[in-house]
Amino acid sequence: MLLIECPYCGERPEPEFVYGGQAHVARPREPAGVDAEQWTHYLYLRDNARGVHAERWRHAHGCGRFFNALRDTTSDHFLATYKVGEKPPAAAKGSR
Amino acid sequence: MSVADQGLRTAKGGRIDRARPLAFSFDRVPYDGLAGDTLASALLANGVHLLGRSFKYHRPRGVLAAGAEEPNALVGVRRDAMRYTPNMRATQLELYQGLVAESQNRWPSLAFDVGAINDLIAPFIPAGFYYKTFMWPRRAWQTLYEPRIRAAAGLGVAPRTADPDRYAARYAHCDVLIVGAGPAGLAAATAAAATGARVILCDEQSELGGTLLSQDPHTDPLIEGRASAEWLARTVAALAANPRVTLLPRTTAFGYFPHNLVCLNERLTDHLAVPPALWPRERQWQVRAREVVLAAGAIERPLVFPGNDRPGILLAGAARTFLNRYGVRPGTRAVIVTATDDAYPVALELQSAGVFVAAIADVRAGDSAVASRAREARIPVFTGATVLGTSGRRRVRSIHLAQLKEGEPTGTQLQPCDCVLMSGGYTPSVHLFSQSRGKLQWDDALQAFVPSTPAERARSAGGCRGVFALAAVLADGAAAGSAAAREAIDPARRGVRPADIRTAPAAAPAVATGAAAASAAALPRVPGARGRAFVDWQNDVTTRDLALATREGFRSIEHVKRYTTTGMATDQGKTSNLNALGIVSSTLGKAIPQVGLTTFRMPYTPVSFGSFAGAARGDLFDPIRTTPMHGWARAQGAVFEDVGQWKRARYFPRGAEDLHAAVARECRAVRASCGIFDASTLGKVEVAGPDAVTFMNRLYVNAWDSLAVGRARYGVLLRDDGFVYDDGVVARLAADRFHVTTTTGGAGRVLAMMEDYLQTEWSELAVWLTSTTEQWAVIAVQGPNARQPLTGLVDIDIAAAALPHMGVAEGRICGVPMRLFRVSFSGELGFEVNVPADFGAAVWEAVWNAGERSGITPYGTETMHVLRAEKGYIIVGQDTDGTVTPDDVGLSWAIGRNKTDFVGKRSLQRPAMQSADRRQLIGLLTADPQRVLEEGSQVLAQADAAPPVRPLGHVTSSYHSAALGRSIAMALVAGGRALMGQTLYVPLEGAARAPVQVVSPVFYDPKGARLNA
Repeated sequence: MLLIECPYCGERPEPEFVYGGQAHVARPREPAGVDAEQWTHYLYLRDNARGVHAERWRHAHGCGRFFNALRDTTSDHFLATYKVGEKPPAAAKGSR
Repeated sequence: MSVADQGLRTAKGGRIDRARPLAFSFDRVPYDGLAGDTLASALLANGVHLLGRSFKYHRPRGVLAAGAEEPNALVGVRRDAMRYTPNMRATQLELYQGLVAESQNRWPSLAFDVGAINDLIAPFIPAGFYYKTFMWPRRAWQTLYEPRIRAAAGLGVAPRTADPDRYAARYAHCDVLIVGAGPAGLAAATAAAATGARVILCDEQSELGGTLLSQDPHTDPLIEGRASAEWLARTVAALAANPRVTLLPRTTAFGYFPHNLVCLNERLTDHLAVPPALWPRERQWQVRAREVVLAAGAIERPLVFPGNDRPGILLAGAARTFLNRYGVRPGTRAVIVTATDDAYPVALELQSAGVFVAAIADVRAGDSAVASRAREARIPVFTGATVLGTSGRRRVRSIHLAQLKEGEPTGTQLQPCDCVLMSGGYTPSVHLFSQSRGKLQWDDALQAFVPSTPAERARSAGGCRGVFALAAVLADGAAAGSAAAREAIDPARRGVRPADIRTAPAAAPAVATGAAAASAAALPRVPGARGRAFVDWQNDVTTRDLALATREGFRSIEHVKRYTTTGMATDQGKTSNLNALGIVSSTLGKAIPQVGLTTFRMPYTPVSFGSFAGAARGDLFDPIRTTPMHGWARAQGAVFEDVGQWKRARYFPRGAEDLHAAVARECRAVRASCGIFDASTLGKVEVAGPDAVTFMNRLYVNAWDSLAVGRARYGVLLRDDGFVYDDGVVARLAADRFHVTTTTGGAGRVLAMMEDYLQTEWSELAVWLTSTTEQWAVIAVQGPNARQPLTGLVDIDIAAAALPHMGVAEGRICGVPMRLFRVSFSGELGFEVNVPADFGAAVWEAVWNAGERSGITPYGTETMHVLRAEKGYIIVGQDTDGTVTPDDVGLSWAIGRNKTDFVGKRSLQRPAMQSADRRQLIGLLTADPQRVLEEGSQVLAQADAAPPVRPLGHVTSSYHSAALGRSIAMALVAGGRALMGQTLYVPLEGAARAPVQVVSPVFYDPKGARLNA
């Protein structure tokens, strides 16, 4: 059970959160003008990182807010959590 | 049979209490033991060595080890008619007065077991035999072979009654968690506690002390100038007196989870003759530790030689434990086979205790200091030894030894004996470390894997990292405890980041006696050897099975493990994994680190299911959600169904009505006069703010700007992939306020989707979302007389002109605030009365009483489903399945024509989403009007095509319609709308096919006249 640092509430246990998929996947501002390949990419294609992964979490049983996190998928350690709209902090290169 | 008769109990020494005898029974034979005994030590004291029958071959087996690693002595313990636990290790069962234990996997008795026939046909049932045999006839596998094979092999019998015991749970935080209270763990705890850190120290045994509990007071080294027993007592007392230290004996740390969450299972009553009535049986701890010290010790390796599995053949360290801790001699005449120096002190201790040590067979060549000392004590030592076999069916009787000169056996001798002790070296217990994803590395000197880089804030100390000499162990433990405590309370500490993980300091090269460790492997098998050499005792895996696996082409240790099942029994290979690895590596000619180790998984030892369930059983398994009107429905005799976590009334039977009769009556009552229905479970979201309309427009398909205040509209919500996600009536209460409803099951996920878009895509919008699902009770009144019960209770005009269909009004009912929607899911004149939930029950009763004049009838979800189906209204999740577009189910009309974008719009433009042969919602009328199709049935184009037949679609909803006096169904069928009037076919049981006619899904009042009454 992971310990996740909500930027608003501090460190809370995993069952209070809902995973929100890959972070920084912006919905095209004008979907009508987007071609099929770009739209498919937006809907279905995601990174499959071995190592640092930028992802979203929602503190569903807490403050209810979304936030972003950098997590190492090989060790489940969180490198950082940061608010919606912020840029990912310079992540430690080369996780184990 | 009293203890004194057998002469196997020593006169003094040990941690048992000779003044407190305990009576117990094993296989219905009564015996005596002593307080402090385990079942195993008490049976050994009574000269009972036959404790079980092996898994596959049903070979007689006895105790091999003294602790959790015991593979053979598995017994079932019966407390009473309701409490039977199989597969308990006799070496860990604390003896209590009246203990009733029985052996397993034998019939009719342990001494005479019919299953032993498997041992005679052993050549035909090697590893994996069931992959190659018992193939014909095919049907016989399921009915005959598999059940018989399963019954013939096995361990214990599962209990048949529900577990009546209670199990508790606790969540704890600490600075330092120390796993294992042997010398390393105790030293770590003392050092950590000295800094003021909060410490939890746990150990699976009933007493703290680990290896210190098995010391011989005459020969073992002093600690800080004291005998080890005294040092132990003082250390434990000091820790117990410290309020910042929690001591947990009888507590196994069984799983290591990310971010230093370690799960412990504390056994509270299994050792008590009469457990206090209100005590839980076990308590599961979830401990979040800032730092963890693993002091789990090491497990002795057996030796692999022919005939190494007879009762009376044990590990040397186990024999020492039985002697020194429990005061039990393992036999009267012992032979020791060893590959290390560790067995020599055991030999001398046994001799002092009156056991005749006939010989020490050392598999290493050459002389040594320990061998000389043994010879001085008149114990013959044969170096370069190997074993040709053993004899003795229910107890070992002799061992056939030989010495090797240039690989050839010479000087063979048959040594009579009644116990054989093996010592193959010690394997550090890296189970928890490995579970935490720490890296292991192979230590050639130790011939074992040891922890290297941890993946969590943890460190290992003592035997579990290859430090064995007592002084070094104590120093190692103290260093680990101090370091852990320092890091835990360091104010600069910031959670777990990869940079925080420290590399473990290198273990001192401290093999116990300076001699090289035994390599994991089988003893060389020489001409003249007889019998199978066992590698995994519990799953009956021999060297022949491992050789078979490699011969058949299995190279990865993971494959070899699964093919032979070595290491897969309840002991998880504690005494077999490394030997198996050594044998496979030498067979393949690859170094052990190249072959690799299989994955360690939790639990370390079996944990009761009840411990994981805790209090979440029966009614507490899942939260039960009820509406404010639940009590009323129950009192009316409603039959309930589960919708998610909600209890919803399904129907209200009167007299002896069954479901069908009740539903038919309820349907007729609604359409003839009026019915009352509890719609409180539907999701509700209050969407409010200056940008509420903009938000709704971007999210739902509808054009919300054209919805006037005081009006409601049926809203459809898609995902961005264009498929229907949810639906519901949306009411506009004000320019900046919407009361959005969702399906019962969709409430949570619709709000989550709204929050997702609002917070992460459209954060510039000024709009706020509030879940109001549980805040409003919803009383639906439907039927041509629906106005009657409400008219006298509401303070507003609800005549047709004042409140037309899809109108919304606020006011009061019975003096209570109300939002009134004139909406219908039944196709009749209808109202949904929303009142604050606390008033729901009272308002419901008021409406119910007022409606008596109109014969107002309560109806449940089943009737609700039928009424809407008669009108062709879909239910998301029943008529849709996540792959259905609005057009597929005839909802294109709901889409706002001039909207530039909404969630899902871009996807609807894909050619595939507009194809004419997509599955479309249609109605089906069976040729036989009384035949009700089964939901999920396939729909076919032809009556009698031969397989393979491509279905056109499937039936999504199907009921008997009281209004039409016949069955109706809705289905999604490819290109369905173009097939109006045609006949299709639905397969029934067997080869029958029911003809059905394709019709509009609106079966009743297609013009909707009744809605506008």
